[in-house]
Parts: sequence; structure tokens; C-alpha cells
Amino acid sequence: MARTARKQQPAADEEAAGARPFWSGTLTFGLVSVPVSLFPAARGGRASLRMLGPDGQPLARRYYAEKTGNDLDSDEVVRGYEVDKNKYVVVTDEELERLEPEKTRDINLTQFVPADSIPPLYFERGYFLTPASGSQKAYKLLAETMEKNELAGIATFVMRGKEYLVAIFSEKGILRAETMRFPDEIRSPEDVGLPKKKAAPAATVKKFEKLIKSKSKKQFTPAKLGDKQTDDLLKLVKRKEKQRGNVVRVEPEVDTDNKVIDLVQVLKKSLGAKK
Amino acid sequence: MAARTIWKGQLKLGTTKIAVKLYSAVQDKTVRFHILDEKAKARVKQHMINPDSGEEVPSEEIQKGYEVEPGKFVILTEEDLEKLAPPPSRDIEVVEFVPQDEISQQWYDRPYYLGPDDDDKEYFALVDALNNQESEGIAHWVMRGKYYAGGLRPVDDYLLLSTFRDANEVILADQLPKPAGAAPTQKELAMATQLVEMLKGEFHPKDYKDEYRQRVIEFIEKKAKGHAPRLKPVKTKRQSAALDNVLAKSIAALKKEKRAA
Repeated sequence: MARTARKQQPAADEEAAGARPFWSGTLTFGLVSVPVSLFPAARGGRASLRMLGPDGQPLARRYYAEKTGNDLDSDEVVRGYEVDKNKYVVVTDEELERLEPEKTRDINLTQFVPADSIPPLYFERGYFLTPASGSQKAYKLLAETMEKNELAGIATFVMRGKEYLVAIFSEKGILRAETMRFPDEIRSPEDVGLPKKKAAPAATVKKFEKLIKSKSKKQFTPAKLGDKQTDDLLKLVKRKEKQRGNVVRVEPEVDTDNKVIDLVQVLKKSLGAKK
Repeated sequence: MAARTIWKGQLKLGTTKIAVKLYSAVQDKTVRFHILDEKAKARVKQHMINPDSGEEVPSEEIQKGYEVEPGKFVILTEEDLEKLAPPPSRDIEVVEFVPQDEISQQWYDRPYYLGPDDDDKEYFALVDALNNQESEGIAHWVMRGKYYAGGLRPVDDYLLLSTFRDANEVILADQLPKPAGAAPTQKELAMATQLVEMLKGEFHPKDYKDEYRQRVIEFIEKKAKGHAPRLKPVKTKRQSAALDNVLAKSIAALKKEKRAA
């Protein structure tokens, strides 16, 4: 996810982490508050490759000082904003934290809009919201009310050092937050410099309408979409695994953050399903 | 200022081909920081090290591996990876159409405007046809060594092509159980409906600004001039009470607000 740079060492795949919620906070509408946890609604790619040394040892990325060549620990580096060429203003974690608005843990739903009225170019990333213990009833009330009335709730809130504009949707009794781009991050056709619209010949429009009708489906079937590249890679991996000389074994990493987590299982548990 | 063309291709619909240029429809405005070496007062560099020995591994010695099970990697060479790349093509093939709003928001990744490259008659005819049919095209294409699927739909008088996430990355609500817990009562549902109806309106994106981003930039500007403002510590708050009670109070408060307005 796009966010302000943190001082910690860059992780190979931060998104992969996550039996713990990505964020916890409170969803409010009117004076009703619903404590919730937030989990990504998408898994990381299956085809991520690791960088390995000549002996197959998984490598780590480190910051180092160009002059001395020495590696730098996280307490030896600071975050700087370039105000002029080669002129930086150092900004600390604490300063950023204190700049966060006061209601930092609240997703305050102050507006509801027809669920299908938001153009797709706003959407960035999806997160499922699951009820915190004790908030199931208020959660179900909000989810059911929104789904029946075909509404999405709009809010802004701060999460992990970035302000987000979100639309909350309700589908099958489950609330989902879609983070959105702010309007000043969206270009208009005029910004891009697209040419002025010209009247199209009626016959050509008809031709396309006929084609659209002939190739129309009622439903979108995502199964057909291209995961081909990933599938091809996994097939090649399988083939190579059986051949000699392509496989290296090293001590498995004990670091739990790198463990592959089944996000669906985590979500099931968090939604409180009985096994 | 006109945006840069990032790619050129041709929309393929049946036997018709329409030459198009792609432009990014978005511009990330996240405040970006650089990591600095505090002592040397300089930008840092990054390299790969062997975490066991702490030794740097030069880039020509780095191999790529896929972890098939913990600690077991299958090595993939540059040659392997090149072979996996799809054959380059300029075709954006529109394979089928679905009603607009049929596709869940979860699929959309990066949006691009398509602009006409030479003949704009066919381009604008397609815009009109999609608008008239309230239809969204499903497109497949290869761009910069990667397969893409995406949705093609009209935005005002222009075509917008949004890439989709990969099918096995997206988790849909269908795959999840209904949340556990007691169902809300009819009375609560009626009150909650009344409450959201009072808060209902149209989507006005211009009402929303990234205030935090603005605050960070203003703070940096002040700090650059040598006078950083003192910042107050963050406060958080919580509350809880019986659900119907809170709903009634919310509705009453909103009614009062509306009367006052």
C-alpha cells in the first residue's frame, strides 16, 4: 500500500504479513460505534521470487552509508523531505504522529451514497472489516441496513501515517472498506489533454452497439482473467523441482512474519464462524 | 500541461481496430520521504547482504528462487524468466461486455485514459455505443512483459481502461461466512434505516481533502524556515451504550441539526 516512508528496513513483502489485523479502530454512524478490525481483501501474488546468494542463502536488503560502506541500523537513519535540491527537512515519527488528526481511530461515516454511484477510477484497495468482540450486533445492524438500502458509507480516517478516503460497502452481511484516491489525485480528460469530442457517424455507433449486444454477458466471470503468467511460472517451478541441480535447501526462517498465512482462514476466524 | 503517453496500442473489437494511446488517469500525491544517514547527513544506499555473515552480495552473484516449501528454493534463471514473459503485442482485445456496475470495486487496480491515436471517429463511436448500452468491456492485453485483464468503460466522453487484480489474489465475500452474533431487531433496523436515510446524499468527491497530507506539508515548510510549531499529543476517545438508545439519540441529534440549518 502506498504510504509515507517508514524508517524500518524495507521488508521483502510487507503485504504478506498478517494473522494480526492490519488495523483496528472504530466505525461510527450517528452516535453508534462499532469497533472493527481491518484485513486486506486481496492476497499477495503467488509468484513472488526471493533473492538468493550464490549458495542459495536468502538475502536481506540493508541501508548503507555510501562514504564508509557500513551498514546502517534503523536508529542511525532518519526520514527527510527534500524541500530543495539536496536540502532536506528531517521529520520524526513523533512529529508525524502528532500531526495526525485527533479522531485517528475513528472511521466516521458522515455520508451515505448510492453504492453504484462512485466511478471505478477512485478505488485503490479493499479491506474486509470484521467485528471486534462485543460489537457483532451493531456490526450486523449497519451491514444489513446498508445492504438493504444499497448504500455505501463515505469517510476519511488516518491509518498507519496516511489519511485515507474510504467507501464502505456491505455485501453478504460483510462490510468492506475500499480505500479511494483523493480527487486531487485523479486527472480529468482535460488534464491529460485528450482531444475535444467529435460527433461520431451514426452508422459506426450502430456497428459497435450491435457488436456489444452480440458479445454481452449478464455476469462478470473473473475465472477467465489472466493469471496465466503466474500459472506458467508455477508450472516451470514444478518441472524444475524434479530436475537435479535446480533446488537449494537452507535452514527455514524462524521469523513468523514471513510465514505464509491463509488470509481466508484468518477472516473466517475473525468473522466468528464456528468450525 | 498535457500528460505523457505511457503506451500505444490498438483496441481490437471483432474485426475493428482502433489505435489508442494510454495515459495514467491518476497521480499519487503521497508525501514521499528519503531515508538519510543521520551522522553523515547524506542519502543512504541499499544493497543485498547475506544476513548470516553480514557480507554484501554483489548483484551479479544474486540468484532468484521460488520457495516451494520452507527452506526449499527452486532456482529460476534470467533465461527462464524471459521465456515466461508473454509475446509482445499491441492488441487490447475486448473479449466480452457486461453491464456497468456488474464488476465489484475489488477488481479495479490502476486506471488509464485511452485517447485516440489517429482516427478519432471510431474512438468516439465506441464511447457513444458503450454509453448507449450502459456496458463495460472486458479486455485482455500484454503490456511491458505482463498479461493484463481490465475493464473498458466510458467516463464522460472518453474511454477509461482499468487494470484488474489477478483472480486468485482477490478474496470475495462469497468465500466467507456470515458474521456470527445476534441479529438486529426490526425496531433497530427501522431506526438505523431512518438514520442512514438522513445522512444520505450524492457522492461529491470534491468535499474530501487529504487534510493530513496538507498538515504534513505545511509543517515541513515551517520547519524548513527554522520554526517548527509545537505539536499537541494525540487524544483518542471511545463510547458505548445500548444500541436502540444510541440510535434514538443519533436521530434526535440529526433532526435538531437539520432544524437549525
